[in-house]
Amino acid sequence: MNFIEARKLIHEYIRRDEEENVESILTALDGVDLDVKQGEFVAVLGHNGSGKSTLAKHLNLLLHPSGGTLWVDGKNTQEADSLWDIRQNVGMVFQNPDNQIIASVVEEDVAFGPENIGIPTSEIWGRVERSLKSVGMIQYRQHSPNKLSGGQKQRVAIAGVMAMEPKCIVLDEPTAMLDPNGRKEVLDAVVRLNQEKGVTVILITHYMEEVIRADKVYVMDHGKVVMQGVPRAIFSQVDALKSYRLDVPQITLLAHELHEAGLPIPDGILTRQELVEALCQLY
Amino acid sequence: MLRDITIGQYYPADSVIHKLDPRTKLTATLIYVVSLFVFRGMAGFVAVTLGLLIIIRVSKVPFFYMIKGLKAIMIIVVITVIFNLFLTPGEAIVTFWKLKITWEGLKNAGFLTVRLIYLILGSSVLTLTTTPNQLTDGLEKALKPLNKLHVPVHEISMMMSIALRFIPILVEETDKIMKAQLARGADFESGNLVKKAKSMVPLLVPLFISAFRRANDLAMAMEARCYHGGEGRTKMKPLKYKKRDGVTYVVIAAYFAVVVSLRLVL
Repeated sequence: MNFIEARKLIHEYIRRDEEENVESILTALDGVDLDVKQGEFVAVLGHNGSGKSTLAKHLNLLLHPSGGTLWVDGKNTQEADSLWDIRQNVGMVFQNPDNQIIASVVEEDVAFGPENIGIPTSEIWGRVERSLKSVGMIQYRQHSPNKLSGGQKQRVAIAGVMAMEPKCIVLDEPTAMLDPNGRKEVLDAVVRLNQEKGVTVILITHYMEEVIRADKVYVMDHGKVVMQGVPRAIFSQVDALKSYRLDVPQITLLAHELHEAGLPIPDGILTRQELVEALCQLY
Repeated sequence: MLRDITIGQYYPADSVIHKLDPRTKLTATLIYVVSLFVFRGMAGFVAVTLGLLIIIRVSKVPFFYMIKGLKAIMIIVVITVIFNLFLTPGEAIVTFWKLKITWEGLKNAGFLTVRLIYLILGSSVLTLTTTPNQLTDGLEKALKPLNKLHVPVHEISMMMSIALRFIPILVEETDKIMKAQLARGADFESGNLVKKAKSMVPLLVPLFISAFRRANDLAMAMEARCYHGGEGRTKMKPLKYKKRDGVTYVVIAAYFAVVVSLRLVL
């Protein structure tokens, strides 16, 4: 069985007036199927309001589905007693780094998760050290989070999740509030965790550049999964992506335009290197 | 302007007092404050002064740094001194118009000034040598028995430490909103008190909204990291009494005994 398996997942936000009558229903998830294997790096793409954040919050039970089924780590999320088990195994990193750091010292914040799940003191120190090292923030362990840059704060947040030793981390637009440098820092840390520690990563984003390194990409629009496949296959469909209001990476776009203009360049160019090679092949 | 606010002005140094368990420091401060109101006469005065000087010396906090904290209470001290000087009945030393300064008034005023100043100095040793986090940790553990009376001790201390963490963030945000409103033509400076208070509304409303939004995000992030109250929670840095804490308790008890016996004997 896959690590995460969603079948026909539905989530409705119901707005009620004062007499509890239903005013309007917003279907944020509309029959989503999702399969994530242990150790995979999966990206979920979508523009604002596509339901991707709602999906993310289901994965560690911050939200419960209105319909359909969701299995995480072999447990059905409908069963109440699996809640803390699942939260421990599926860590979550949010968009705003300031609003998810609890303590006023970096190492104490990283220890917050392990403290909650009742890890003995001596082991907490080891976990804090390991997870701060894994995101390259160990030299800042005594610092106050207020003095760190956005990218550094977000890496501390990732370390805080890693200290709970989850099998999977879900990152809900972790780079949306960062500058390009911070974005690269965070993304590199995430990719490293995936490759070196074998942590399953689910990255929710609307930056297409970030999903190039993913094993599998899901594209969401209006609560539905509209495309899925390896990045190369997704990126070769430039026109479809544009119709879902997603920005194709510049290199891919350039290759696509050249192709349209009649040059025999293959579809789905992802990096500058590939484009250079493809162009050199021509003559 | 807003950045100048510092809460719990911690003064980092490497002293025995810095290393003490916060509970020890809390108790010791409490005993010291009580002793300030117990002592009487010159001998007692010498005892509390010596006590304070030794503590300040051991804490390695520069003396001038401690004195800075006194500025805020100077007005209160001056007012109490004036009242005591003129309103204590007794044998007059100086009389002008209807006011007279009495010998008893002078003595009362003197001792009261000493008590107030020592009170502030003594308790600032606590805040200067203890980080806010240690302080909340200490309070949580020291007040744990109240849990039996259904006082949510863990929740209160968690709220305190989160508040401390968010003070700088909210201050920064206030600065930002202020600038944004100034750019839109808001005026925070001119006008009388009522007008000034009214002009705070466009500052406070966005600040509150953003604070609630942050609280919502934070609650979600805490839940995602398995926070479920104080039950079954372990600590990365649990408070443990060490030998020096025991010694401190003995010393402070001896000090208190001296002050009390001086009062009883003399």
